[in-house]
Amino acid sequence: MRAVITVLGCDRVGIIAGVTAVLAESGTNILDISQTIMGDIFTMIMMVDASVDCLELQEKLSAKGKELGVEIRLQREDIFQSMHRI
Amino acid sequence: MFNRNEIIETISMIEQENLDIRTITMGISLRDCAAESSLTSRRRIYEKITRYAEKLVRTGEDIEREFGIPIINKRISVTPISMVAESSDELDYARFAETLDQAAKAVGVNFIGGFSALVHKGYTKGDRALVRALPEALANTERVCASVNVATTKAGINMDAVRDMGLTIREAARLTADRGAIACAKLVVFANVPEDNPFMAGAFHGVGEPECVINVGVSGPGVVANAVKRTKGADFGVVSEAIKKTAFKITRVGQLVAQEASQRLNVPFGIVDLSLAPTPAVGDSVAYILEAMGLEKCGGPGTTAALALLNDAVKKGGVMASSYVGGLSGAFIPVSEDAGMIEAVKCGALTLEKLEAMTCVCSVGLDMIAIPGDTSASTISAIIADEVAIGMVNQKTTAVRLIPAPGTVVGDVVEFGGLLGSGPVMKVNPFSAEAFIARGGRIPAPLHSLKN
Repeated sequence: MRAVITVLGCDRVGIIAGVTAVLAESGTNILDISQTIMGDIFTMIMMVDASVDCLELQEKLSAKGKELGVEIRLQREDIFQSMHRI
Repeated sequence: MFNRNEIIETISMIEQENLDIRTITMGISLRDCAAESSLTSRRRIYEKITRYAEKLVRTGEDIEREFGIPIINKRISVTPISMVAESSDELDYARFAETLDQAAKAVGVNFIGGFSALVHKGYTKGDRALVRALPEALANTERVCASVNVATTKAGINMDAVRDMGLTIREAARLTADRGAIACAKLVVFANVPEDNPFMAGAFHGVGEPECVINVGVSGPGVVANAVKRTKGADFGVVSEAIKKTAFKITRVGQLVAQEASQRLNVPFGIVDLSLAPTPAVGDSVAYILEAMGLEKCGGPGTTAALALLNDAVKKGGVMASSYVGGLSGAFIPVSEDAGMIEAVKCGALTLEKLEAMTCVCSVGLDMIAIPGDTSASTISAIIADEVAIGMVNQKTTAVRLIPAPGTVVGDVVEFGGLLGSGPVMKVNPFSAEAFIARGGRIPAPLHSLKN
């Protein structure tokens, strides 16, 4: 299952490390990653190929998000595909 | 791969502009639930609904989480109960409404539509029993929605039914006087009712529909309003293009959710309804879209033209995005469910007569409008007659959902709660139509209905 992960929040040390650790543990492969600071806001967008259940990974990521003080979303790729590609 | 802007756009549509899937509605045929014994028939109805819709709510919630798009309602529509109950020995059809209510509660849906009758050309025995039971059925149940189709372009207007509906609405209001006449908010009177509409309160599962079907209603007035705001000062060609592009994106999400739900529930996909459905949430208003086009207030001069453009552009954008489009597919203008409409009524910009004009160019009709509690049954009937005449002559769906909350006067606010919102009581023209409504009979179908 391909999914898009978005991470938004205040910048701090260890966000990428924290998020990617969760992905590595769950055997999720990162296909693409882009990260920038917009204003003071840390934004990261990742395309991943997850081998585990979507809802399970969402729970793990959102727990990690709470720990890091950022908002982490995981959405199946299809919603972006349907909205932006014909 | 998507670029950053595309991903941020989708997320901000959902998070900041209230984009959502308004409803996944499962249509279930109850034609095989008829029986001579009322008890048997009601047992079959309960068992069938709870069996077919067992996983509806959970599936909706799973899709919601996986795609990150809110799905506000999961609902059920059924075959018009007048047809299912007709062959039974039941005298009081309110019992059937109770069964529907119990089934809805058992599967966790917030509304079930189909306590309905199609009487545009006349009543059958079952139709009459259903209409008679409406006030009590709606007062005694929580989740049951009812509709009565009193006119079509092909058949004309059944003025006997129009007269009866005025009385029915008054009685439904009386029975729920202590709850803001909530029974009236669950009753729609239609002309040219669609058989695959997923939106409540007017949804039912038409006789030409399959055994079971999934229909989806999208939403997103907030997204469209923001797209229109970005066209400030540009001409109407630009405005129309902006709406079309947005409607396309919104509808594609609806199509995706519909297909996913259909696949997971193993039920055929019916249609996506393109209607822009507002909610009482600020920023999720159709009135704000019209105001973003340059009107000081919704209801002022220019409103009908603005709504015509909006309704047309939504359809043009949406129709390419879905393989099957149906239902009502137009802009909804339910006063109590739209923060901008409520404001417009309160400041005197929007009147009942202007709303009637607006219904000539958009989908539904005089929807969720609170009127003074002392409005006579014949006046309510006459308002219905006017509205269904617009539908009949213009070959479109129109509907009336009026709430004459007992004891209220112009300027009061009636609270319905939740998605139904709160309605400022609107002024009704005081001149009588009593002798007109007393005539009864049928208004013949218009000349242009003869197309063959």
